[in-house]
Amino acid sequence: MTADPDVTADPDRDVLLRVEHVRKYFPIRKGILLQREVARVHAVDDVSFELRAGETLGLVGESGCGKSTLARCIARLYDLTSGSVIFDGRDISKLSRRALRPIRGGLQMVFQDPYASLNPRKRVGTIISDPLRIHKQGNRSEIKRQVRRLLEVVGLSPEHVNRYPHEFSGGQRQRIGVARALALNPKLIIADEPVSALDVSIRAQVINLLDDLQDELSLTYIFIAHDLGVVRHVSDRIAVMYLGKIVEVSPAEELYRRPIHPYTEALLSAVPIPDPDLSEQREHIVLEGDVPSPIAPPSGCRFHPRCRYATEICAREEPPLVEHGSPDHIAACHHPLSFTRATAAGAQATAAGGPPAEDQV
Amino acid sequence: MTDPLLEVRNLKVSFRTEDGTVQAVDGVSLTLSEGETLGVVGESGSGKSVTMMSVMRLITDPNARIEGQVIYKGRDLMALTQDQIRGVRGAGIAMIFQDPMTSLNPVYRVGWQIAEQIQAHDHVTKQAARARTIDLLASVGIPHASERVDNYPHQFSGGMRQRVMIAMALSCNPDVVIADEPTTALDVTIQAQILSLIKKLRDDFGTAVVLITHDMGVVAEMADRVAVMYAGRIVEQGSRRDVFYQPQHPYTWGLLGSIARLDRPKPRRLATIPGLPPSLLSLPPGCAFAPRCGYRFPACEQTPPLIDKLGNGHLDACHLDPQAKNDARASAAAPPELIEDST
Repeated sequence: MTADPDVTADPDRDVLLRVEHVRKYFPIRKGILLQREVARVHAVDDVSFELRAGETLGLVGESGCGKSTLARCIARLYDLTSGSVIFDGRDISKLSRRALRPIRGGLQMVFQDPYASLNPRKRVGTIISDPLRIHKQGNRSEIKRQVRRLLEVVGLSPEHVNRYPHEFSGGQRQRIGVARALALNPKLIIADEPVSALDVSIRAQVINLLDDLQDELSLTYIFIAHDLGVVRHVSDRIAVMYLGKIVEVSPAEELYRRPIHPYTEALLSAVPIPDPDLSEQREHIVLEGDVPSPIAPPSGCRFHPRCRYATEICAREEPPLVEHGSPDHIAACHHPLSFTRATAAGAQATAAGGPPAEDQV
Repeated sequence: MTDPLLEVRNLKVSFRTEDGTVQAVDGVSLTLSEGETLGVVGESGSGKSVTMMSVMRLITDPNARIEGQVIYKGRDLMALTQDQIRGVRGAGIAMIFQDPMTSLNPVYRVGWQIAEQIQAHDHVTKQAARARTIDLLASVGIPHASERVDNYPHQFSGGMRQRVMIAMALSCNPDVVIADEPTTALDVTIQAQILSLIKKLRDDFGTAVVLITHDMGVVAEMADRVAVMYAGRIVEQGSRRDVFYQPQHPYTWGLLGSIARLDRPKPRRLATIPGLPPSLLSLPPGCAFAPRCGYRFPACEQTPPLIDKLGNGHLDACHLDPQAKNDARASAAAPPELIEDST
């Protein structure tokens, strides 16, 4: 199923990133000398989507659903098992490390843990200037000026260049991480749970900072988080992942108003609402059990063992990602919610006819 | 009113460090009635965990200085000997810790870890303790409990481990369970499972629960009463409805305002509380929140008392007149200084 698209003839100039049928399997090996491969962890399994320039795509799902692996595949921190990643009109999925180097500046990551992602033995100035020096962006005084500017951009004082990471609070450290990501003027920033480790009041500050930077520098974001409130706030579109697959993609507001996939519905209902009366009134869907092992994912729809709407077809056939109501809102479910029965039947009929290949977002 | 089950009176905890004295808890008073759930909210460093660790007498740091009283069933826990406090821990007051990954011993079977505590408090045979362990594991929703009892912690998922921790806490039928961020390390769907389990067990056993969390949503769902902590002090305390619908302290306003909420239309920008929490090494004189507060006025230089101004059991530590606060909250959905162009 590996697509081989013509890279140069991209008709849609707006598309900054195109992810096509990306798979990432991690081998499980046994034995000391002859490392036999005994099984595979299906971390990301046939994921496709497009990202337009200036857009923010939120990526949500439980731990182990493959959202971080997908992010690392896109940033080519992992090699793909198959599939392609087309960034800015170039397929970067098979490039060598050397060939990747000039591209890396355009595609940066902000990591989750502001305590682990900054080298404790380097000064802040060095941390932020490292990318500039590696990519030979100017001489020493230019780099120095640039670092001071970046610190100001993320709301830190330029006098802080000589401090060490431990002298900063969590929120300030995350700002340093953002400054480092901005150093090479990236087009795309992949933020992997950038605010999960922060307190609520600090979280809002960092989210607002990312928002402002997007406006000022016309950045494109992939924003990974498990907090659905935060994701709704920052995203234009949201993709929901479950066990290595995208199960629903929708414009942000619509996902909350009209979830199609039962997993999305359950995920939304599990978020505690800071309003006592509303919290008592609304229906709580408590999913039974844990996420199954990605080593041997369930047959058919991967969500069916925990789904309250599941029928026999769900265990047998994998539902394809199809449109539900609007071309922007797609979901993979045999029993879609918030959707008229007639259209749903039509969608299923077409799905049964062909292979589930049409999962372009 | 009957005597509360657990009462904390003017608890102060400080730690001597190289840089000076850290005042982690500064005069906290709390009560907990039988069968009640008290939510304690606050950000990291607000002293919520240290308060509850002190109640359990779990702070053994020689540099710690603990003052105040903790009255449980008429006895001051602070005055008990080590042997006596061991009789209270687990049997009277039990604790569920935040991180189920590190709070179980990885080299012992989970069943053994639960049975150990049953045998320590009740004089029962090994077999009886094991049988009770299996019952407990089944009651917290562990499938095939009779087989899983012999598993090691690494064979359980995060949610399952937290269930084991809950089974352990309930093993000696405590009157009070202190749950310190019991769901923070878990996914939302697993959090929903654990919260509904805690609710069910609380109702079945009539246990009083102290729920420490930073998530206002969790408090709204679980608590009967709420205490909001900031920089080692309680700044507001009242019934759940009062605190959520009539918050009296500007810090509580900020806390409620800065959440990206699913139940409201999306604001263009999130409201933020400007600045950072103060260093506990050098707290500002007076109200600790004053440097970040949009309503500060000269009186804020004196430490405000935590008093019941409204006369309905809703306490707050803010010098502002209740009427002025009502006006401020009515003039905007949240106070104007805390909201940045949120249109």
